[in-house]
Formats: sequence, C-alpha cells, structure tokens
Amino acid sequence: MTTEAGTPPRSKVPKRHEELEEVVVRFAGDSGDGMQLAGMQFTNETAVAGSDLATLPDFPAEIRAPPGTLFGVSGFQINFSSHDIFTPGDNPDVLVMMNPAALKVNLRDLKPGGIIIADTAEFTENNLRKAGYATNPLEDGSLVKYQVFPLDITNMTLRAVEGLNLNTKVASRCKNFCALGLTSWLFTRPIEPTVRWIENRFKKNPELVEANIRALKTGYNFGETAEMFAVQYEVKPARLIPGKYRNITGTAATALGFLAAAERTGLPLFLGSYPITPASDILHEVANYKNFNVYTFQAEDEIAAVGAALGAAYGGAIGITTTSGPGMLLKQEMINLAVMAELPLIIADIQRAGPSTGMPTKTEQADLLMALYGRSSDSSVVILAPATPGECFFIAFEAVRIATKYMVPVIFMSDTNLTNGAEPWKIPNVSELPKIEVQFRTDPQGFQPYLRDPETLSRPWVRAGTPGLEHRIGGLEKEDITGNVSYDPENHEKMVRLRAEKVARIAMDIPPTDVRGGPSGKLLVIGWGGTYGSIVEAVERLRGQGKSVSHVHLRHLNPLPSDLKQIIRRFEKVLVPELNMGQLLKIIRAEYLVDAKGINKIQGQPFKVGELMEKIQEVLEE
Amino acid sequence: MSEVVTGKLTRKDFMSDQEVRWCPGCGDYAILAQMQKVLPELGVPREKLVFISGIGCAARFPYYMNAYGFHTIHGRAPAIATGLKVSRPDLHVWVVTGDGDGLSIGGNHLIHALRRNVGIKILLFNNRIYGLTKGQYSPTSELGKVTKSTPFGSLDYPLNPIEIALGAEATFVARTADVETKHEQEILKRAHEHQGSAFVEILQNCNIYNDGAWEPITNRATKADHQLVLEHGKPLIFGKNREKGIRLRSDMTPEIVTLGQGIDESQLLVHDVTNPSMAYILSRLGPNFPTPIGVFRTVKRMTYDEGANAQVETAKQRLGPGNLEAMLNRGDTWVVK
Repeated sequence: MTTEAGTPPRSKVPKRHEELEEVVVRFAGDSGDGMQLAGMQFTNETAVAGSDLATLPDFPAEIRAPPGTLFGVSGFQINFSSHDIFTPGDNPDVLVMMNPAALKVNLRDLKPGGIIIADTAEFTENNLRKAGYATNPLEDGSLVKYQVFPLDITNMTLRAVEGLNLNTKVASRCKNFCALGLTSWLFTRPIEPTVRWIENRFKKNPELVEANIRALKTGYNFGETAEMFAVQYEVKPARLIPGKYRNITGTAATALGFLAAAERTGLPLFLGSYPITPASDILHEVANYKNFNVYTFQAEDEIAAVGAALGAAYGGAIGITTTSGPGMLLKQEMINLAVMAELPLIIADIQRAGPSTGMPTKTEQADLLMALYGRSSDSSVVILAPATPGECFFIAFEAVRIATKYMVPVIFMSDTNLTNGAEPWKIPNVSELPKIEVQFRTDPQGFQPYLRDPETLSRPWVRAGTPGLEHRIGGLEKEDITGNVSYDPENHEKMVRLRAEKVARIAMDIPPTDVRGGPSGKLLVIGWGGTYGSIVEAVERLRGQGKSVSHVHLRHLNPLPSDLKQIIRRFEKVLVPELNMGQLLKIIRAEYLVDAKGINKIQGQPFKVGELMEKIQEVLEE
Repeated sequence: MSEVVTGKLTRKDFMSDQEVRWCPGCGDYAILAQMQKVLPELGVPREKLVFISGIGCAARFPYYMNAYGFHTIHGRAPAIATGLKVSRPDLHVWVVTGDGDGLSIGGNHLIHALRRNVGIKILLFNNRIYGLTKGQYSPTSELGKVTKSTPFGSLDYPLNPIEIALGAEATFVARTADVETKHEQEILKRAHEHQGSAFVEILQNCNIYNDGAWEPITNRATKADHQLVLEHGKPLIFGKNREKGIRLRSDMTPEIVTLGQGIDESQLLVHDVTNPSMAYILSRLGPNFPTPIGVFRTVKRMTYDEGANAQVETAKQRLGPGNLEAMLNRGDTWVVK
C-alpha cells in the first residue's frame, strides 16, 4: 500500500462519498510535532463546516519532550457530528499518528475497524525501540483489525517545500500541516480557514507561509488523487439553534466574558496573574485587548498577582486574578483580606491534577473544598463553575456581576479540559447581555464604610480619591457600620454572620435550577464543572433506554441554588460523579442529609460516557 | 466620616479620629508627626492620598492618617499599592512597612515594586526587631542578636535595606531617622516629588524591644561623629567641627581623613545622586565609618504606571476604542439558519 511520496498514482475511479453522523479523530505525535496546532486548525475547519464538536487536547508538561518517547506523546481529540454532541468522544474512529510512540499510547482506544494514518518516516528502528515495539506494527500484521494507511508524510512534506530556502529541520516541521491537509480531505473539511490562519500567523516570514500552505495542500491533494483512499467521508452540518456561530475555547470564552463584563460596567479591567499551566493563556488572551481599558500585570508571584488585583478593586477597577490549584493556595490569604475588606475580587482557578505540582497539563476538579474552606476562620466566598468551554463566557460574566453587586470575592472554577477544549459557540448579542450596574458611593452625607444595603447586605464601594469619604479599611475585624477596628466579642460574631449571610442571600439572585430529564424519579445525577458533557450523554442514553434518571448540573456551588433541596427530595437516589474523591458529594450529603453516592475518577482524564453509564446502571439496579 | 475641606490644609486635617496606640516613646510617633506636618505643604488634596501597609507596628500608620488607608496583610502592601497606582495614576500612594514586613515576608514584593519603578513611595521603618510579635530578631538585626527566639544568638547575617533598594535598581533611595525631624520632612518631600518608586529607610527606635538600636547615629551627643549627611554636589564631610572627610583610595576603597595638614575638601568624594557607584560605596561604608543619611541616589526612568497607561492609550489609538460586538465576532464565523 505504500506509495512513493509526492507522486501519487492518479485515481482511475471517482472517490466514493460516504456520509457519517459522528466521527472522532485523534491526532498524536511528539510534543514538538505541532499536534495541538493541527488539532486546533482541524477544529476550526470543522466548526466553519457547521458540525457540532467537542475537543480534548491532552499533552505532556514537557515543552519539547525527548523525541520518540512514550511520555512525550501529545494528542488532540475532536468529536464532530451532524447532531448535538457533548463530549470529545470515548474512542476515536481515526488515529493520525506521527510516530510509533503515539501509536503505542493511543491504539488501545481506537475503535475496531478504525482508521490509522501513520507517518512511516518515523517508524525507524530507533523509534520503534523507544516505543517498545519489537517489530514494526505497520508491517507485522498486528493491526489487521484496523484500516491502516502508512504514508511517508515527512518525505511528502520535504518534497512539497523543495525550492524554498528552508533547511531540512524547518521544512520537516511543516509535516503537521501535511497530515492536517490529508485529514481535512478525508472528512471533507474546508482548508481555507487554515490557509488564512497560516497567512496571518507567519505574515512576517513569507517562506514559512508558502511552505506550510504547500504542505497543507499536498496532504489534501494526496487524498484527492491517490488511489490509497477510496472513500471520502462527509459529516453534514449540525442542526444547531439558529444564529451566528464561532468556534471558541474555554480560555477565549473566559477572557471574553471578563472583558465583556468589565465593558458593561464601564470600569477598567485589571488582570493580575503569574504564569501557571493551564491558566496562562487567559492572561495572554486578555493582554491583547488593552484598548478596552485593560491593564494586565504579570506579577512576581501568585500573591502579588491577586494583591495587585485587589489594590485595583480598591481603586474602582474590576480586579481579576487567574491561576491554577498551586497558585490558588498562595492566594488564599489575600482572598481572606478581600472577604474582610468586602471588596469585589474575581479569582479564576483553572483546576489541574494535583496535589502539589501534580500533573500540570491534566484535568481534575479537586479544588472545590479548598475554594470553599481553604482559608482561615469562617470565610464565605462565592463559587461558580462553567459546564462547557462556551459557557465560560457567561459564568465569567456572572462572576463580575456578583462580585460588584455584593462586594465579595468570587471564585470562578474551570479546569484544564474546559479551558483547552473548544466548541461551536452561538455568539451572544451584546444588547442581550445582563446589565451590570456599578454605583460608587460619592455622597459624604451619612457615609459609613460598613453601612450595608438592607437587601444585598453589601457595603458601599468607594473609590479611593472620592472627596469627603476618606476612611480606613483593613484585615482587622471591623465594627459594624463604622468599620472601625473592633475586638468586641458580640460585634465579631455579628460580623462573621453578616458576611456569611451576605453570600447566602445570593441564592435568591440566581436562576432556578434546570433539571434535565423528568422532574422526579428514581435517580438524580448531580454534577458540576467540566463533567457536563459526559453526564448529559450518559444520562440521555440511559433515558433513551427507559431508565428513570435525571441530571442537574450546578453552576453555582456557593451559595447552592435554593431550589436544590426540593429537587433532591423528589428522587429516591442521588449520585454525584466528580473527577475527585467526592468533594461536592460531601457538601450535598452535609447540606441535604441525603445518602448520596459518588462516582469518582482521579486519572487526569475526563469521564468516558461508557464508564458513567455503567456506574449509573449499577446504582439503578441496586 | 470626614468632611470635605477647602483652602489650605493644616497638620490637623491629616489626623484621623482614631487614638494612636503605639507604645509611649515609640519612634513611630515622630514619623507620623513629620508626615502630618509635611503633607499640607505638598498641596495634594486629602482624598488623593492613600496609605497602604502590611502587618507590624508600623503598619498601623494608615489608621492614624486622615486620608484613604488600607491596612492589608503581612508583606504584601507593595503588591496592593502597585495594582492601585497602575489603575489609578492620579492617586498618591504611600506604602508604610517595617524591616520584618518589607525585608522578610515581603522582600519579594519590595524588590519587584522598586525594579518596576511603580510610582509609589515606600517608607521602611527599620527598628531591627519584631515589635508587634514581642521581640524576635529581624532581617536587619545584627549577627548574634539575643532575643526570645534566639537565646543563643541569631545566626543570620543582616540585610542592609539601602543595598537591597540599590540592587533592585530603585530610582530614589534615601535614609533618614525618626528623631531627625527636619531632615525627615525634607526627605519625605523629596520622595513625594520623585517620579517613580521612592524608597526611604527610616531609622526608628523601638524603646521596648530594641532600645537604643541607632544610639550613636541618632544621639545628639554622638551623632556628629556617626552621621554623614549626604548632599548632592557637596563633599562628604562630618564630625563635630566638620573636620573629617571621606576620600577614595586608589584601590577604590573609602577612607576617613582629617581635613587640614595638606588635605583639603578638593580631595574628598563629592556626592552625586546620579552616580550608581557612589550610591553603592556609600551604602556599604562599613562599621568604622559614619552612617550616611540623605538621598543616596535619584535618577529618572519611565515609571511602570506611566508605561502601563501609555500602552492602553496606544492600543486605543491603534485599534480604536474597545468594541465588544467586534471582539465577540472575531475570527471565522458562520450562520446557522
């Protein structure tokens, strides 16, 4: 089957077209092979083609791990479909593999009969040994149950860029675009968006523009003309809700959500951050929008990052800090100061697998109890969690709304897969975005720094610089109303309770909880955060089988929605799937005195729909 | 809380309604008084003044000033002040810290605020002891200091705050002392006038836990021989009768010389606040030399807050004011019907 690179034999018969409803493709190679980029571009092409999609980037922490090693394999999975989909898919239909290590790591997930496209140039003796193969799997017959397309992608790429002034090393780096071109052809994806992207990305280097476009088109044309591929697949556009769409990652949605909210308030946005995986990209994204009255501050450490954000809030800006678990720990003291000073502060914790440095590029949702309780004393903050990449926009927006309305820190809890994942996103109409009205106190008449709004219990926000309102605040306990330092025993209890009550009352300011499936029944599955897609899919399939199971996905984790108690009462059993040892589970059990059970996975990987279905079934059958 | 005052402010206008609770005899009283005396002369409206502190005795300072004040957490005041000053360049932001707060737990924030040249004024009250926690040795305590936490003497070598500030490329570095009231007022004024970070070490006496820490330098009877008052463009002269001077040997080390007998002022080092080598030599003269007070260094460099605000303006000019609609619709889009 191997074809000499660059000169594909002409196809004598026209290609057969086959329509598919749903396809899962996984690209994998060395961490320096540009697989994330190929995946992102394929995602964009797929979005533009109108499919619904969900993605799962999965890469090592090493920037350029030693080539050919198993631990250095970087993968990107995309699930796209002509119907609604919620997850990146459990098992790929197609593997695009740039070396033996990638094949070794990913083969176990491939569906029987699945397609393998492999770059033969990398299946050298040395690379096979590094991957632990005694013989070449492309030749030893071990892959008979799959459709294997061995291709010298490297050589095809080198031939394609011949004549350009590039050395072999640079030239061969274009091979990810060659692989992308071929995959794009195979699934009838338009390559124009990628061409535009290349032109823009390398606009300062015309040689690289030319090289990458040639590589892309070589791959695409090879599919079209070579006899190797008899079938070209097509996935029709999905029937999504009408509107204007774009493809969006969780990172971009989070950044845009914060920007949009700040823009609505008319206040400057100050983002203090210290580089940390996987949160840094939010800082990178926001830094591009300085024309929106945005200050981005790369601080000396996590503490300074949140401190500067709090200082900016004190001056009347929207103060935000972005981080991940290890950084969250360092910020907690400053968050407690914001609790005491009752200033608006937004903290985005993009959770990753821990504890300690843990697995920085892998997902987990195990920071919930830290967010709730990881500060000294009784210290209530608001906690919100988006469910999908696109929803990060609305939850980020909501975080700013709540923080400024209630003068309270709000923790926005996303995770690695949510932030790196992408989906088609119906672009919201600016005029339909919720209002955020910020009113600074300016009237000295009757002013007291801790005189609260009787309804929200929030204290006035005074911008430093306002004449006649000079006052002092700080971390020492405050006397109710005056804000003077107080050690009075009754006052302390009153203030602790007031701060908690202020947060608790926010439950009245959040939308009613949406129950997917029947309003009552045998089993209620309660999830939060990035597990949304897997739970929806699992629950819907089981309902399709006639099972009595419903799903609630919490966006507000503190305070919890006030209607949750009644919803729980309507079900016989409660199940809480989480990518941790059972953190929301503890809260649900404690808050509602219900014998809820958990489904817990702590592998740095999302739930597979299949494994969730299995566990839910078990509980249903108990 | 406070009323809007019009017309020229007086010292009283800057005194808050809170009772000052430092120990009687604490050097902090004198520093507070000098600040309150100087402020009316600066012509800054009270509402534009913000005092930010961390934790420690010195950190109570904001409560006693009738201005905006934020008593924050241990060591972090420069970080909070940075966020405030960057987003509110119209404010005059002062940080009040101590040797423990600023050089131990908050050392990182101090050096980074200084290197960035954020337009904040940092006053470091140096009493060489932890006062609020009742008398442990601090990062500026002398080696071998016997305290509650070091009954056998401290083992760590002290930091010199001026050297730290110079090492961090601070654009204004000065030292004064609590009891040197006039000198202190002058230094505070100059710190205020400086564009960029100003770092002022204030030698301060803790009469409870480290009484007399600066004794020879600040005592009226001995200070003439132990204090070297720095003035830009003037030769380095000290002594009761201004009879001693500092000269540089050919190996670049300083020496004390007595004027007269063939040595005159022309051979002495002349202070130059823009010369980094001069500031460095003066910062580490050594135990046998007098202790310099005054401005070690002051130079002009772009401030971080100016730069940050200029970037916002440039972005607006280049990209136009932020357009939410356009931002949300950026990149490849498609319409589902």
